[in-house]
Amino acid sequence: MTAEGGVQYSKIAEIKGPLVVVDDVENAAFDELVEIETKEGERRLGKVLEVGNGKAIVQVFEGTTGLSISGTSAKFVGKLMEMPVSKEVLGRVFDGLGRPKDGLPDPIADKFIDINGEPMNPEQREYPKDFIQTGVSVIDGMITLVRGQKLPIFSGSGMSHNILAAQIARQASVVGTKDDFAVVFAAIGVQYSEAEYFRRSLEESGALKRSVLFLNTADDPAIERIITPRVALTVAEYLAFDLGMHVLVILTDMTNYAEALREISAAREEVPGRKGYPGYLYTDLSTIYERAGKLNGRKGSVTQVPILSMPSDDITHPIPDLTGYITEGQVVLGRDLFRQGVYPPINILMSLSRLMKDGIGEGSTRVDHGEVSNQVYDAYSRAQEVRALAGIVGKAGLTEIDLKYMDVGDIFEKEFLSQATDENRTIEETLTLLWKIVSKLPKNEITKIKDKYIDQYYQEN
Amino acid sequence: MAAKGRIVWVSGPAVRADGMSDAKMYETVVVGNSKLVGEVIRLTGDVAFIQVYESTSGLKPGEPVVGTGNPLSVLLGPGIIGQIYDGIQRPLKELSKVSGSFIGRGITTTPVDMEKKYHFVPSISNGDDVGPGNVLGTVQETDLIVHSIMVPPDHPGGKISNIVSEGDYNLETVLATAEKDGQKTPLKMYHRWPVRKPRPYQNRYDPTVPLLTGQRVIDTFFPIAKGGTGSIPGAFGTGKTVTLHQIAKWADSQVVVYIGCGERGNEMTEVLVEFPHLKDPRSGKPLMDRTVLVANTSNMPVAAREASIYTGVTIAEYYRDMGYDVVLVADSTSRWAESLREMSGRLEEMPAEEGYPSYLASRLAEFYERAGRVRAVGSPDRDGSVTLVGAVSPSGGDFTEPVTTHTMRFIKTFWALDAKLAYSRHYPSINWMNSYSGYLGDIAKWWTENINSDWLSLRSEAYGVLQREDTLKEIVRLLGPEALPDEEKLILEVARMVKIGLLQQNSFDDVDTYCSPQKQYKLLKLLVEFYRRGQHALKEGASLSDIRALPIVTLLLKARMDIKDSEIPKLDQLDIDMKEQFKSIIGVKVSN
Repeated sequence: MTAEGGVQYSKIAEIKGPLVVVDDVENAAFDELVEIETKEGERRLGKVLEVGNGKAIVQVFEGTTGLSISGTSAKFVGKLMEMPVSKEVLGRVFDGLGRPKDGLPDPIADKFIDINGEPMNPEQREYPKDFIQTGVSVIDGMITLVRGQKLPIFSGSGMSHNILAAQIARQASVVGTKDDFAVVFAAIGVQYSEAEYFRRSLEESGALKRSVLFLNTADDPAIERIITPRVALTVAEYLAFDLGMHVLVILTDMTNYAEALREISAAREEVPGRKGYPGYLYTDLSTIYERAGKLNGRKGSVTQVPILSMPSDDITHPIPDLTGYITEGQVVLGRDLFRQGVYPPINILMSLSRLMKDGIGEGSTRVDHGEVSNQVYDAYSRAQEVRALAGIVGKAGLTEIDLKYMDVGDIFEKEFLSQATDENRTIEETLTLLWKIVSKLPKNEITKIKDKYIDQYYQEN
Repeated sequence: MAAKGRIVWVSGPAVRADGMSDAKMYETVVVGNSKLVGEVIRLTGDVAFIQVYESTSGLKPGEPVVGTGNPLSVLLGPGIIGQIYDGIQRPLKELSKVSGSFIGRGITTTPVDMEKKYHFVPSISNGDDVGPGNVLGTVQETDLIVHSIMVPPDHPGGKISNIVSEGDYNLETVLATAEKDGQKTPLKMYHRWPVRKPRPYQNRYDPTVPLLTGQRVIDTFFPIAKGGTGSIPGAFGTGKTVTLHQIAKWADSQVVVYIGCGERGNEMTEVLVEFPHLKDPRSGKPLMDRTVLVANTSNMPVAAREASIYTGVTIAEYYRDMGYDVVLVADSTSRWAESLREMSGRLEEMPAEEGYPSYLASRLAEFYERAGRVRAVGSPDRDGSVTLVGAVSPSGGDFTEPVTTHTMRFIKTFWALDAKLAYSRHYPSINWMNSYSGYLGDIAKWWTENINSDWLSLRSEAYGVLQREDTLKEIVRLLGPEALPDEEKLILEVARMVKIGLLQQNSFDDVDTYCSPQKQYKLLKLLVEFYRRGQHALKEGASLSDIRALPIVTLLLKARMDIKDSEIPKLDQLDIDMKEQFKSIIGVKVSN
């Protein structure tokens, strides 16, 4: 309760879950940063969730284990939580709260930025339309990623999402123009080995010195995960909009983030929404995902590839569901394809890139790209229907045209979808493969492509 | 007297302040040292519960709260069209001049440029008696919009004096003075109106004129009327936003209000980038000249999201009162409902289903009841309409959740989006078995008078084929297609053609994106004729494979993209070709 230079120390009244209630608070602000000091002199960080009537509810990022009511004090720092940023953050490794984890000193800050960011003014956004070649055929050809997009990977436990994300990070950053690029990687409650895989992958491709890593691994405090994506995005925004870099942000695993949020909500005894997640989960997730984009008059961009594992592979679970409503499409991994050993095991029928239409076509990829991709979607969807039918009536019960669609399904999965984890295909190679699939069909089955493109690209057998 | 109090408690967008006994319910207040905008939503003793429309980070107990004496209102006057506003009518362009690329806090601006001069043409003279809603004169707001300057509906009116002559004036100029009972009141180009209060009208009409959207599955199968209500629910990735954009682009209304309520920032940017370059198919002018955007994206403060719906609908009613047909598109009402839920939770109200407040249904009803085709108050006579189209984002794509089920009670057209159709890239993914329109009977007369009298029966016949197919699909799933006789296989084939050739529409294709009612009718007729001739041919002994092999099949499927609205005779030629081709297969069999 001593006040030193406007800074206030207060007593702890209650500790429950990740929250502490501080008494005799006189001058605390909503969202303000709090330093908790234990009897032993250990310092933890927190922030104000609610303040009024002499009390403040504080969320402690490192958890409340070991805190006691007597002897612990809270200090209201007088500012919101900020991340020091400068060009020196490139090549560095931080913990989940943005403190150095690589044994090196704090980078010399160019400025301090509020980690919550501010919403971009929609009127000042630049509509994203620059094609990113990832070298992964199915993404470039059918779920095209563009600069400034947020395109999550919906995965399930054990599937190859990390390998895919690492491949995208390696290949997207190396290929293409001489523009400045950077990778920001935030591990949110993932296993150490997964984070390490990612680090090594960046190191081997030589991209590590252009990367910033934030690591909150599974054994780190859970509540810290609320902060990890926010510090990562604060750095990404600085690199993009202050330094003009094209930044690819990978956030893995957002499911752990949402669970940390649920833990706090439960501790605050809030009315829960679906599956115990708070009613504001959508709004909260949007304050993370909407931090992707491009701005008028600024060179850089923030592209997000968040990864989340769907509990029980259920896409209607609140986390993937609300994510899908915010992000600009989704890349969905399929358990069946994964079991068959297909890499990348992307279920294209459930996947989508909303910004694809503006990133492809004349001037960026090729004029026939949209139509040929639509036709392949259509054909693969027919192929799945035919496969289901064949399961009932047997191959003998299929018509000649049905059998052609079966071929399309096979060639799609074996030649187009499948590729090696270090195979980097050009967009031309990808388009040629798409036409190879379409060309398995007789011309009168092709209803989504204009005749002039059929004449030009159809591969006669 | 304006209330002056102090903050005692802050939690997210919710603030409690004491010393507020003079505050009124739903009064706008200025909160804290950084002058944030808020609204009183509950009063207990001298404590006011306030929802704050801006981020409350850094707000402290002890900071002042000052009442404004006014409810949350919008400014109505020329200069609104073409703007992009936040949820409380602050122009985002002006905000960016103050706070740059990101949205700052505590910024005050006027919704329109008060200094801009408009050419005013008076339509009344000194000595005339005017009442509420009377038109004083007009200004040209954009190339497309003649803006009527009206006596505010809550104004007493009176005898006009000092009316200005035709000329260029800004918004603050007193255009005329009205005198009633010795009271003189000035009339300007603008007035304010509280957003939560529907604007009055004289009469309400039945909605009998279709709102043509150029989207076949809507206009032909599940139409909506001018002044009607529609809802479009769908899981993510089913194409809600694209469908709404299509309606905003091509609907035959004169004014479009597009509310981005808790949705993606880039979607609003897309409208801003695209609309100035797109031309209205009827007038040839840029679409932005008839469009107003209200953008409260998902990461913008949640309380302003709640307000954005009311801001939008009040602007829509204002243009309705000038005699315009206005379409209001709200994407998404679910996010609006969530903002109600969030504030309700902070008020510690007893929750109903899924945590939503018990008044969710009544709020939805109030909103949709603001649709309608009406005769405006005041002279001269003006008829206008507000059509409301709301997107719903049901969690997990489950249509039994509260927002969808309550919405269905208050709307008449229901466009159910289907994830399965979207996965097979059937767009727009409006499911024809689950959707419905309550306006079919009402608007059939319009089609009879303007297009052709057999429209309704053709539509029923085509819809019948789709219904039959739906039951037959079950059999096919169990036994395979070969188990069906040719007559039923024909139904499957025609249903496939209706789906590809009529229901599907590529909004990114220059030709297919908009389809005139004439072309819609011809395509429908061609497909129904194909079915009738197919049935006939089967009776005459032709086989289904003969029919399938007709060259006309592919042409019918591609006609929607290959034949422009301006080339309707080509569709008539297709009909002639089809007739000949059917003759040829019947001829072969007869000669055998």
